Amino acid sequence: MNQQAMRAAVIEELTRIAPDIDPAGVDDNVSLRDEYDLDSMDSLNLAAALHQRLGIAIPEADFARLQTLGDLLAYLGD
Amino acid sequence: MSRDFVMPSLGADMASATLLEWWVKPGDRVKKGDVIAVVETSKGAIEIEVFTDGVVEEILVPAGQEVAVGTVMAHIDAAEGDAEAGPASTPASAPASAPRPGVESGSEPAEPSAQPPAEPQIEPPTPTVQPERPGQSQTAIGKRQPVSPAARRLAREQGLDLAMLQGAGKTVHRQDVKQALATQTPATPAPEVASSRPDRPGMRQAIAAAMTRSKREIPHYYLAERIDLRAASVWLSQFNSERPPQQRLLMSALLLRATALALQQYPQMNGFYRDDHFLAGAGIHMGVAISLRGGGLVTPAIHEVDKLSPPDLMRHLLDMTERARRGQLRSSEVTDATVTVTALGERGVESVYGVIFPPQVAIVGFGKVSEQPCVVGDGIAIHPMVQATLAADHRVSDGHLGARFLAAIATRLQHPEQL
Repeated sequence: MNQQAMRAAVIEELTRIAPDIDPAGVDDNVSLRDEYDLDSMDSLNLAAALHQRLGIAIPEADFARLQTLGDLLAYLGD
Repeated sequence: MSRDFVMPSLGADMASATLLEWWVKPGDRVKKGDVIAVVETSKGAIEIEVFTDGVVEEILVPAGQEVAVGTVMAHIDAAEGDAEAGPASTPASAPASAPRPGVESGSEPAEPSAQPPAEPQIEPPTPTVQPERPGQSQTAIGKRQPVSPAARRLAREQGLDLAMLQGAGKTVHRQDVKQALATQTPATPAPEVASSRPDRPGMRQAIAAAMTRSKREIPHYYLAERIDLRAASVWLSQFNSERPPQQRLLMSALLLRATALALQQYPQMNGFYRDDHFLAGAGIHMGVAISLRGGGLVTPAIHEVDKLSPPDLMRHLLDMTERARRGQLRSSEVTDATVTVTALGERGVESVYGVIFPPQVAIVGFGKVSEQPCVVGDGIAIHPMVQATLAADHRVSDGHLGARFLAAIATRLQHPEQL
């Protein structure tokens, strides 16, 4: 999966969990928790959705460090 | 035989709701259990089922109109053999104790007996809020493409027919509506109707009414207990390290589970205060305070929490939180909590002293989990700690009992493997 497709997939799952987020306006560099009001339930739902969709199970310790969409995309791209 | 389809009562305090849309038109065949309309309350969009087989004869109320409870909204020509059917029954999937239409967040759970009975000749449809699942099609009555609340609201404001967007096989988001609007000629705006956003005034009014009543009627007392979560944290880390995300647990699941088990020991904290006496809850149905995106609060109930393992409880919690924030709660989840738990720790507060949802008699709060110094044996150690609080009704219990209840929660959390 190329970077653009990965980004589209992550944003689709993110906006499914947080439907009020405008997919076109997601900022890669802001805190998902502070800026988009994702709490631990949302984050775990996002991790589960990404695992199911992309087949990548992000370890709990790693996921806690991924604060922004950019962090998440960089991790998934590695 | 023609039968009336009426606006149901979605709570003892509900007088009316706004009809958002019909999913049927005259001539459509319907069967028992089909969702045929969506109405807006301060709880959000609620899907209304029909409980007779037949054919839609006539639609009497247009979308966008506020409709009083009991108003006939449509006529259904009941199928042969169904004309003598009694009042609609609760769908088998709903808990037996919960034929409850939804009520507003923070308002009094409606007892089945509190629901205004429908007129004898009127068939009371049972409201449900069905989860919208990606992949649902629009091909059958009672099924539709999932639409996010924001998308639904925008479409309604702009007069866009959502049917234009449906059939793509995935959830319709606000962006989909915007794209559709950009490609169509300007439409006549739809009639102004109540907002479906969670920060709508209706929800705030419902919360205000319940909390005002609580503070006016319930003599609260408040207690706090600092709980050492080291054992729970260690156990949780180990549990999660071996599992994929969808099988992991959050500390919240352990906190709720420990609270449920403590409630078994102290049933005086679980139930209702009505007519000058305490009525113990038939089960431990834990209302979980969930903040909504954009403002507002709902407290849907997880049923029989004491009978759920932590993984089962976690699944319920994740699913319910996601649906609450997407405006897709089920009516059975919003009406019958016997106790409430609120956890504001994630937002950084040390402790939360709740306001009891009447007619419940207790609310348990959990603050943030943080590393703190604590005495262990003869020394000082740094452990993850949480402040548990209790606000309880002094007409039912006293501080001594409340303290033992909080201590029981703390004790349970020292043995996470037994939760």
